[in-house]
Amino acid sequence: MPQVEQSNETRRSAVDRTVVQVAEKVRVADGVVTLTLTAPDGGRLPDWTPGAHVDLTLGDGLSRQYSLCGDRWDAHSYRVGVLLEPASRGGSRYVHEQLEPGHVVGLGGPRNHFPLVPAESYLFVAGGIGITPLLPMIVQAQLLGADWRLLYGGRTRSSMAFLAELSAYGDRVAVRPQDESGLLDLAGFVGDPRPGTEVYSCGPAPLLTAMEAACAAWPARALHTERFAAAEQGPPVRTAAFDVQLHRTGRTVTVTPDVSVLEALGAAGVDVLSSCRQGTCGTCETTVLAGVPDHRDSLLSDDERAAGDCMYPCVSRSCSDRLVLDL
Amino acid sequence: MTLAPSPATDLPVSDADPFGHEVLEDPLPLHHQLREAGPVVYLSRYDVHALSRYEQVQAALVDWQQFQSAAGVGLSNFRTEEPWRPPSLLLEADPPRHDAPRRVLTAVLGPRALRRLRDRWAADAEQLVDEVLAAGTEFDAVPALAQAFPLRVFPDAVGLGPDGRENLLPYGDHAFNAFGPANDLVAKGTPRVAELSGWVGEQCARAALSEDGFGAAIWAAADRGEITPQQAPLVVRSLLTAGVDTTVHALSAILHAFATHPDQWARLVADPSLARVAFDEAIRWESPVQTFFRTTTADVRIGGVVVPEGRKVLLFLAAANRDPRRWTDPDTFDLGRDPSGHVGFGMGLHQCVGQHVARLEAEAVLTALSRRVRTIALAGPAQRHHNNTLRAWHSMPVRLTVR
Ligand code: FES
Repeated sequence: MPQVEQSNETRRSAVDRTVVQVAEKVRVADGVVTLTLTAPDGGRLPDWTPGAHVDLTLGDGLSRQYSLCGDRWDAHSYRVGVLLEPASRGGSRYVHEQLEPGHVVGLGGPRNHFPLVPAESYLFVAGGIGITPLLPMIVQAQLLGADWRLLYGGRTRSSMAFLAELSAYGDRVAVRPQDESGLLDLAGFVGDPRPGTEVYSCGPAPLLTAMEAACAAWPARALHTERFAAAEQGPPVRTAAFDVQLHRTGRTVTVTPDVSVLEALGAAGVDVLSSCRQGTCGTCETTVLAGVPDHRDSLLSDDERAAGDCMYPCVSRSCSDRLVLDL
Repeated sequence: MTLAPSPATDLPVSDADPFGHEVLEDPLPLHHQLREAGPVVYLSRYDVHALSRYEQVQAALVDWQQFQSAAGVGLSNFRTEEPWRPPSLLLEADPPRHDAPRRVLTAVLGPRALRRLRDRWAADAEQLVDEVLAAGTEFDAVPALAQAFPLRVFPDAVGLGPDGRENLLPYGDHAFNAFGPANDLVAKGTPRVAELSGWVGEQCARAALSEDGFGAAIWAAADRGEITPQQAPLVVRSLLTAGVDTTVHALSAILHAFATHPDQWARLVADPSLARVAFDEAIRWESPVQTFFRTTTADVRIGGVVVPEGRKVLLFLAAANRDPRRWTDPDTFDLGRDPSGHVGFGMGLHQCVGQHVARLEAEAVLTALSRRVRTIALAGPAQRHHNNTLRAWHSMPVRLTVR
């Protein structure tokens, strides 16, 4: 038999997609930076769709959600926009003041609770940093030949990110800084209900409340919103090792920070069937009997994550010192 | 970016016919040859490039940006040729058009959505195995088990009516033949295409589907605006095209694997929890879906070779699944191996959306069999069924001993 390059199929090195590295940090408007994130090994990042967000685990071990606003045809980098929020619990301040190119942060997802549904035309309404998930949607609407318009409001022109990028679309985009134009004329922009038109809006809570009023005459499902505010935070994510206890055999396997749960199990001779190893296919689904999983997959809904009764060990980790798995 | 063309000497040329009967009967020698010839081989007969090593096949499968599916995943190039039926919204589409249908089907066929079927299918499998064994312990495993089980549970799960289900297998067989060249296998199916397509099309309508199946769930997604009402029937069609023959041949593959590897069957009987691994190992070992094409969207460098933009590239999933560069003793069917990472279901954005359904069906059948059956052996020579894309069995006489 010829000499083989990789003799053991189960111990191939991980395509570790549970961390990303900051490749670039650019100030794009007053109080807004964009981060370009890449895989430390330069490889592909998991695929995503417009409206998707990633969870980034920052220095304090808490994770924050940021919408992806880059180019999905670029498989090797993600872009997120981060607004410095004075009232935040420190996540945005950390990104603005401490996170620098070269730093590595924990990655969860991408997950999408704000998907673009097929339509003949779209109305997009963004408030401030809420523009980020809408940017890739606009690219797609354009590609699909759909009719679309964007109304983009912010405090001042200088606080509004991506204006140069949006200027390429001409008068499909209405930029309305509050200090120049006052409050957004939502009713005027949205107009009367039209079949085949979907409305997407992202921004601060008052904007979304006003959008609901402006769309009151529309079918309920025509308005798609995503609230741009810090979501419920789970417990801090562990950066240290944790133990995985295998319920059926009673064995315990220690998972160090540099390997996935799947790899740690494999190295201990416990193979769990897997396929994508990116938390996207669902093959490795494993029942959690005790402990708090740190979900990093793209599969579970928020309710399912909160239930904590299953996990995808190819990417997900543990918030607690110990996880008990049904293996 | 345009890369300079590499010297022709870097590109091995083969005039083999991967869709000829000799290869369809036993594709392993060709797969070996192609893998050893280099990371890319030019197939002169069809004017296509071929990838057959694991590393390159896997990389091309995940790289939807440079290896598009929208130009068709068969030999026919939709950029220049009219497809025989409206293209699939799943298999023959890329982002952004692929997004919404894929999202809907992923939810309908996801592992958590299937939990409600687990107990029923386990009971169905036990019942089928009991019926088969009651009729005798020597029989043809292809119709009796491999076809019978999917045809028993899948059309119900989709929500099809009782009539015309016998159309499913010939329709699927033709659809998978049509990914290859216009050879005798395609010609064989052509006379019935209009009739079968017509029947399948009728089954995709909302009114034809029961209220609790996958089909109804797809239509419900259309009601919620997640896909358009025009897309819904085509998404249902994907289930009917890709959901039956593939599973049938996967079950045949695993039954053949066990009939020829009694030690592995003994292992499963001793530990039925190996059923899931056994199924994926059988998919790796036999690769029911042997090949799919992609089309390059740019000049792509693979190894030392540049494949120009707009070329059809033939991905040998089956060859990758037995590449010794990736797998130890790749030709061995071994339940002790971790088959994770095989490309028998594809990989990446287009990875088989029905894989959890297939695993659940197989787990039900294997678990039921392992409860009743002590040994499985071939009772005569098994006969291949030739298909341009699928590796299949026509018949497989087996003799069982019961516990
Ligand atoms: S292997 Fe795909 S989700 Fe874990």
